[in-house]
Amino acid sequence: MPKDTLPSALLDIRNLKIGATAYPPGEAPKEVTLVHGVSLTVEKGKVLGLIGESGAGKSTIGLSSMAYGRGGVRITGGEVFVNGRDILQSGPGGLRALRGKEVTYVAQSAAAAFNPAKPLMEQVIETTLATGMARAEAEARAVDLFRQLGLPNPETIGKRFPHQVSGGQLQRVMTAMALCPKPDLVVFDEPTTALDVTTQIEVLAAIKRAIRETGVAALYITHDLAVVAQVADHIMVLRHGRMVEYGTCAQIIETPRQDYTRALVSVRSIDHAEKPAGSAPVLSVQNISARYKGTNFDVLKNVQVDLPAGQTLAVVGESGSGKSTLARVITGLLPATQGRITFNGRTLSPDLAGRTRDDLRELQMIYQMADVAMNPRQTVETIIGRPLEFYFGLRGAAKRQRVQDLLDQIEMGRGYADRYPAELSGGQKQRVCIARALAAQPKLIICDEVTSALDPLVADGILKLLLNLQAEAGVAYLFITHDLATVRAIADRIAVMYKGEVRRYGTKSDVLSPPYDDYTDLLLSSVPEMRLGWLEEVLAHRRMVGAGN
Amino acid sequence: MAHPVVTLVAQRLALGLLLLWAASVLIFVGTQILPGDVAQSILGQSATPETLANLREQLGLNEPALSRYFGWLAGVVQGDLGTALSNGEPIAPALGKRLANTLFLASCAAVIAVPLAVLLGLVSVRYRNRWPDKLISTVTLATISVPEFLVGYIAVYFLSVQFRVFPSLAAVYDGMAFGERLYAISLPVIVLVLAVLGHMMRMTRAAILNVMQSAYIETAELKGLRPFLIIARHALPNAVAPVVNVVMINLAYLVVGVVVVEVVFVYPGMGQYLVDHVAKRDVPVVQACGLVFAGVYIGLNLIADLVSILANPRLRHPK
Repeated sequence: MPKDTLPSALLDIRNLKIGATAYPPGEAPKEVTLVHGVSLTVEKGKVLGLIGESGAGKSTIGLSSMAYGRGGVRITGGEVFVNGRDILQSGPGGLRALRGKEVTYVAQSAAAAFNPAKPLMEQVIETTLATGMARAEAEARAVDLFRQLGLPNPETIGKRFPHQVSGGQLQRVMTAMALCPKPDLVVFDEPTTALDVTTQIEVLAAIKRAIRETGVAALYITHDLAVVAQVADHIMVLRHGRMVEYGTCAQIIETPRQDYTRALVSVRSIDHAEKPAGSAPVLSVQNISARYKGTNFDVLKNVQVDLPAGQTLAVVGESGSGKSTLARVITGLLPATQGRITFNGRTLSPDLAGRTRDDLRELQMIYQMADVAMNPRQTVETIIGRPLEFYFGLRGAAKRQRVQDLLDQIEMGRGYADRYPAELSGGQKQRVCIARALAAQPKLIICDEVTSALDPLVADGILKLLLNLQAEAGVAYLFITHDLATVRAIADRIAVMYKGEVRRYGTKSDVLSPPYDDYTDLLLSSVPEMRLGWLEEVLAHRRMVGAGN
Repeated sequence: MAHPVVTLVAQRLALGLLLLWAASVLIFVGTQILPGDVAQSILGQSATPETLANLREQLGLNEPALSRYFGWLAGVVQGDLGTALSNGEPIAPALGKRLANTLFLASCAAVIAVPLAVLLGLVSVRYRNRWPDKLISTVTLATISVPEFLVGYIAVYFLSVQFRVFPSLAAVYDGMAFGERLYAISLPVIVLVLAVLGHMMRMTRAAILNVMQSAYIETAELKGLRPFLIIARHALPNAVAPVVNVVMINLAYLVVGVVVVEVVFVYPGMGQYLVDHVAKRDVPVVQACGLVFAGVYIGLNLIADLVSILANPRLRHPK
């Protein structure tokens, strides 16, 4: 290579091609290309955000900066220079010197990425020791990083095991682990996606501060543009393994040039006017308390909410707030210890065994993981046809016709009835689950985090579909979610839950207007907003409130 | 409240004792319903009915089974295993010596087999589906598939007849020096190691391969650690529980299942002792041997359980 084209950037990826072998069900294995010639550079001390939906190739590209392919993924072409060295040609020894020392990695789920059998300190300083630093010195450096990342008890937290530390703290420990060997580049792979929104903001702030104070460069991978807007200098938008747009953070957020980027920036544009509270409640939850067997505390405490027919009640809260338990109580899977549930004018038996077939039919459920909520060995027709048989005794041609009607209703059309779940995309799977719930002609559908596992644009489509179906069929939704943007998009009423209690309840406009209680304020102000400087504003505001101003 | 590990360990110990008691009942009942009569077998076919009746009276065979069981159990608890019918000597000292010999043989085999099996398992994972893995799998599978007595005779033929490296008879006696003793038992040790290596190695391989799918192995790979270090430092500690269970079952087999090997090499251990006395219908000796075997089995599995519990960091370090 001529000397003048030698890469001067810290990370210089040129025309990267990545492929894998796919094993489609019932077909011969075939080669697929995941990344089609992407080029990018990261300068020393700068942060590049890689953004896109699942399948965009952003994690795959991120890992290629460590010459690593997950599973059967292989780098099939192009060059990757780190500090001017082509790491694809550096052999096993060269890669060992690169990984964990020059370039380090922060995974999405720190809970899974830490070895459960070893104390945290052992894992944090593992590569630092390998670079030849003395143990005492390495531990002191780790403790400094723990302190810098705002971890509680920085001196002793290293002695703890992964299961003894919360998810948000683990994510920060993993960041400390990545920074400990003084790398030149850190790959952050969705480091806050699995966290609650109130935890995410703290971790995000800690990561941002650590990046600034250590002067390390970073690749920040996420599907959430609002998050990456807070930390990145430049952003690259990816789709189907190709670059869509590249620019400074401000340019991408404020003046996106491509249609796809504009769609990402303006996602959750659904404008749903709140319905008047006039109609009689289809579901009324009165003073419900519940606890799990073998425990001595209530996971639900005196929960009281109403849901008018044909409307949507959004139940929001962090993990562990009791929102899914509320769904279990309403469906009869976990009988309440106290209180009463009236549904459609009649009192529901607390446990499932005491409910009539009509109770079961009129109260349906859709789950977060459409994958595991369907039998993988049944076709779409069998899956949707089952409630038609069970509740209405439909058979043969009549059933087939009704299944097709339902498929039309969920906007999937012809050609899907004979497919298996594995042959559908994530959004299509969730649509089939919706059709299965609709087949029973319910009065109420409980939607438990139904869009959480989906990409923003796909989730948007599902929400629009749910709203259309509500307008057509007059079905009510109890919508459980931790995502406040979703709540804004579809709710008529909102219940904010915290530690098993309903902290705030009312119509959407009431709940989302000040004055707020402390918890709702924390929750609402933690939702990332798509503008530069949002993170600093929120933190500054909190410091002021915290200081008593 | 006590540390959860203390509670769990206490539970396991209590359960172990209960199992041992149940085993004693089964052994006693089992030996009672065996066909044949002890007095008859001692005195032979020519005995008169009077002498038979006398002997039965003398041996306490006319008492109800329940009181004989509790009499036996009371003795066992105090360390008295009864008297052998065939030679009238107390069982405990004779059996103690034989047990010591068997445990010596088993420990020697275990000291070689367990680390070797785990190491071979690690090597198999490191080179999975490549030639070292396939070679190890084939060889260990072959050695567990061939009956032990055959492996024994093949070993004798090559190692003591053809090349005269080791003695063909594993004769040990009191006052023998430790080194000589080791030399004497080399052949049975080799046969036993070959017999148990396969299971332990394959389980180690399978358990570690299972762990290798975890996200934290990817973390270790992205730290740039050497492949063997990843397997030994990050995968093995999380595969301890299943491996220990198989190791303990094989150790129990080394004590309880060595009958054939002891007979082949004429080694004065528990197996030979048991076989001799079964032939003589010496019921108290058979009962005592059964109880010792049961105790070894239950004890080793108890250890496996405890190690599995202790290997779980969630139990060792509660929140």
